[in-house]
Amino acid sequence: MEEFLNMGGYGAFIWPSYGISFLILAFLVVLSFRRLRRIERTLKPLEQDRRARRRRPAKRENATP
Amino acid sequence: MAVDLHRFANPTRFLRLVSAIFPWAAGLTVILLGTGLYLALFVSPEDYQQGDTVRIMFVHVPAAWMSMGVYTMMAVSAAVGWIWKHPVADLSGKAAAPIGACFTFLALVTGSLWGQPMWGTYWVWDARLTSMLILFFLYLGYMAVWESFDDQSKAAKAAAILVLVGAINIPIIKFSVDWWNTLHQPASVATMEGPKIHSSILTPLLVMGVAYLSLFTTIFIVRVKAEILDRRLRIMQVNALQE
Amino acid sequence: MTRKRRRLYFVLAGMSVLGLAAALVLMSFEDSLVFFRSPSDLAENPIPAGRTFRLGGLVAEGSVVKDGVEIRFVVTDLAETVPVRFRGLVPDLFREGQGVVTEGRMDENGVFIASNVLAKHDENYMPPEVAESLKEAGHWQDGKEAEASD
Repeated sequence: MEEFLNMGGYGAFIWPSYGISFLILAFLVVLSFRRLRRIERTLKPLEQDRRARRRRPAKRENATP
Repeated sequence: MAVDLHRFANPTRFLRLVSAIFPWAAGLTVILLGTGLYLALFVSPEDYQQGDTVRIMFVHVPAAWMSMGVYTMMAVSAAVGWIWKHPVADLSGKAAAPIGACFTFLALVTGSLWGQPMWGTYWVWDARLTSMLILFFLYLGYMAVWESFDDQSKAAKAAAILVLVGAINIPIIKFSVDWWNTLHQPASVATMEGPKIHSSILTPLLVMGVAYLSLFTTIFIVRVKAEILDRRLRIMQVNALQE
Repeated sequence: MTRKRRRLYFVLAGMSVLGLAAALVLMSFEDSLVFFRSPSDLAENPIPAGRTFRLGGLVAEGSVVKDGVEIRFVVTDLAETVPVRFRGLVPDLFREGQGVVTEGRMDENGVFIASNVLAKHDENYMPPEVAESLKEAGHWQDGKEAEASD
């Protein structure tokens, strides 16, 4: 185990390489999902609102050019 | 309103398509990253010259490939967005840029961590390393352009110009090691004579390469969905103000 | 349709002009984009003693002599050679027959006084056993000579 971590004396360079790769990519995944969730949450009530209003015939007449 | 609905039509179909691909891309990423890391850390032999530091290559080279591949994809979508005014094309570039920037950053950092023990320095200003640093700044500039315009169609146009002008850098990165002598080694995989890497080291590298591509696809789907919905949100907010 | 066509030609023309401009700029800066000079470059265009530059090539087989903190070796591109003197630690990859890039200046006797030594890796990757069997089979670094004399 110790030998594996030591990596022939280059552990101090190899493990940080893998570590930073993992950290940055994991961070990117989490941030991307959080942004999508936030936008989805804001959009949902607005879309329901729009659908509800479109059922009213008066509104539809207004909207068609 | 009718115009907006027309604009929605294509992005909606696009959203349905990428949502269907998503679980496959995510699953494939997990499997490939697991296999790739196992091969890279446990199965791959050490190199006859570099010893175990060759393992840094398994996270360095795929990141470098992706940094150039993602930029090329952004340049193509910028051209498509410019010529055919396709909104999904513009948003694809916007969604891909942060991912490409991360890959470029990782290629620079992991390369630096390999350079110190092997070359004897973390950094040199040779043609390959410098052009890679320029690529990183191009990504940052592209993202900054999108942020600095309130009008998204103007932002798309300015960002497209930047990414297309910067595309000149991609062949420079690729061929810098052949055109000028550099400290960075020449190409090992994509060469005229075929790969110069022994199969026991090449296999983990290729698996990691496909894993990174699959990871990109996964993150890209999440980000492009967010961009399309964000655009829809902006249009709605503008309409709400006009009513 | 015509507007799309016009935008398409605009992008294509813009990219061509840009590519041409970049190629011209890069060609005119050729000298400063070169990270190091080879012994053959030096033989053609000698650099006056005392001016700092980088010298690169292969560490000639059998040329490395360690003398206390000083290390002496010969840099070759298999056509010309330059003797080098360096005081300090060399990187792990510094080996006879391997690439090297040294920074320093020529002295009056044509010896390169290096202030910094970097090892240069080549594009070949293989496990030690494979390297051994290649050496035994006599196929060792067939391509190296052609490459070094570029």
